[in-house]
Amino acid sequence: MRRNLPLALAFILGFVMIFQYFIPHPLSQKFYDIFIQQWLIIISIFFYILSWRSFVLYHTNKIRRKKEGWWASIVAIVSFLFMALAGIITKKGYIFNQMYNYVYAPLQATMFSLLAFFVASAAFRAFRARNLEATLLLIAATIVMLGRVSVGSYIWKGLPDFVEWILEYPNMAAQRGIRIGVGLGMIATSLKIILGIERTYLGGGD
Amino acid sequence: MNISTDIWVWIAALLTLFIYSFLYKDNPFYKFAEHLFIGIGVGYTTVLLWFNSVIPKLWNPLVHGTSPMRFFLIIPILIGALMFSIFSKKNNWLIRIPIAIYIGAGSGLAIPLDFEGLIFEQVKGTILTKSMFNSFIVGFSSIVLFIGVIATLVYFYFSKEHKGFVGKTARVGIFYIMIAFGASFGYTVMARVSLLIGRMQFLLHNWLGIIK
Amino acid sequence: MRFFEKILKIDRRWIFLIVGIVVIIPLIFPIGMPVLTTPPVRSLYNYVDKLQGTGKAVMLVTDFDPSTMPELLPMACAILRHCFAKKIPVYLYGGLYSAYVGMAEMALEKTLPDFPDLQYGKDYIFLGYVPGVSLVILGMGGSISGTFNTDYYGNKLDTLPLNKMVDNYKNIGIVIDLSGSASPETWVIYGYQRFGVRIGVGTTAVSAAQYYPMLQTGQFVGMLGGLKGAAEYEQLIKKAGIPTGRLEATIGMDAQSFVHIFLIFIIILGNIAFLITKKRKV
Repeated sequence: MRRNLPLALAFILGFVMIFQYFIPHPLSQKFYDIFIQQWLIIISIFFYILSWRSFVLYHTNKIRRKKEGWWASIVAIVSFLFMALAGIITKKGYIFNQMYNYVYAPLQATMFSLLAFFVASAAFRAFRARNLEATLLLIAATIVMLGRVSVGSYIWKGLPDFVEWILEYPNMAAQRGIRIGVGLGMIATSLKIILGIERTYLGGGD
Repeated sequence: MNISTDIWVWIAALLTLFIYSFLYKDNPFYKFAEHLFIGIGVGYTTVLLWFNSVIPKLWNPLVHGTSPMRFFLIIPILIGALMFSIFSKKNNWLIRIPIAIYIGAGSGLAIPLDFEGLIFEQVKGTILTKSMFNSFIVGFSSIVLFIGVIATLVYFYFSKEHKGFVGKTARVGIFYIMIAFGASFGYTVMARVSLLIGRMQFLLHNWLGIIK
Repeated sequence: MRFFEKILKIDRRWIFLIVGIVVIIPLIFPIGMPVLTTPPVRSLYNYVDKLQGTGKAVMLVTDFDPSTMPELLPMACAILRHCFAKKIPVYLYGGLYSAYVGMAEMALEKTLPDFPDLQYGKDYIFLGYVPGVSLVILGMGGSISGTFNTDYYGNKLDTLPLNKMVDNYKNIGIVIDLSGSASPETWVIYGYQRFGVRIGVGTTAVSAAQYYPMLQTGQFVGMLGGLKGAAEYEQLIKKAGIPTGRLEATIGMDAQSFVHIFLIFIIILGNIAFLITKKRKV
């Protein structure tokens, strides 16, 4: 029952949604409107409970056990509570917006901009033309890096057009092959979920 | 130089520098900024969920709505509320029900749409047609494309050993894949550098006022 | 020989420092290198341009968070300016995930001051966030007001004049998805394949290479790829005489050029050093 009921639900709903796609009857459309527009969206609101639980549990555990850097977990929890209360009490007012624009957005943008430095360091240390394939990769990368910036057209007038050709044909050929493979894989996985062969979403235990 | 007098710009600039201090070495300023970011992110999502989902989709229809059909919304609310069972050691298996409904329905929705969007359209785009050969360059390029798609698919077909004709075709596929990965790497470098340029523009323009 | 061995063992923090300097100098002393327009960008621009006077709206979706803001926010601003100047109605949708809504707000804050005559509810609507990802895309095919109920500010959608004319994809000329993730594919699968709504994409440079297959099949009308794509669109609206504000993407292209040259230089240097030290060991 603990595993069979969810598997049965996934099976029934999976096939219902597949068949619904091919049935143009108004009743089918009505079912789609109610189930998708309303019910599933309402259910998905509750999924956030999992993320809150993980967040609070992880940091409170760290504080309780005084693990290394536990003081930072206090910062995380206090800032979460402050932001949530500021937003709800002020109804997304001034403090809430300023915290997003001048704290959250700059922090996230800066975190990811660190990658530029690490890419440069990695390119210097690890990017080696050890064999034919690696050399081909290097040459393609160099041509694209030069051709996609303004300086490329100073080196050779035709470079931007050549880069465009590489992207539209050889690159696209490989990307298309990968994409078709991914599409087939997604369909296989979806079928496995509906048929109950893939059960990892049920978690462990009985 | 026209340094900003806005306290919020200064806060953003200092937090930016705290993160960049990690490039020298890990330190408490970086840790502080990192955890501040995590906490505020979760808080932000919570607020949006409250005002843009819970209130208009749950509270308003049930409390302020007039249609008798609105009470059917209790069904998805009860199903969603099963997520709270994760807090109970005895009944936490109930959380599987809303997850199974969501994933089952999502998988069923995805199958016909993936077929159309990811497979049929892509195969259609690869097929050689007469009109492609009206121009030499387009015709030649279309053949390059056709060979590349077939070769790449053969490379990823592992049910047969890559020997003989299959092996040679797979090798051609590897060359196409390497060109694609090289192009992706070039673009990835471009993307990462763009992020850095964006932050530098903020520091130099918005904070210090050095550039226009 | 020793020189190349030393080069290979260099502390990476020196590389970080040089990268920082190579970015900062062109920003302080700009050269103003030209930005050439590519066909995918021109395609998207022309398609949006042709919507002027048709009564169809543009739905601009900010499916990105601050981590990709430097590349995608200039695109959002340029497209908004294009639509506002040509009086093309806009649905600004804050994205399939909650963290993206703030980016839509930022784009509005940057562009609205240059268009004081715009009327909210008639010229543009700001949709907030509703969970469901693909379900939201599917839901809008039936009814936007049914899917969202209210806009970001809490106004009931069915009271807004624009939504009375355009309540689903039938009167949306194009959905332009600005994203650093796989959202454009989701829009194609659930929006274009199911309802036939045309999709345009603005994406980070990381993802741009992989979307060419969908561009070729016509599943995407056009594509803006990375900071260069944003700079190209900025130049196109500048040529059309539309107020551009600060050309953030175009300004960044000089720095982009120099960093790329530096990176190619250190890749070549690293390979030469590697080959020479390898020969020496043999």
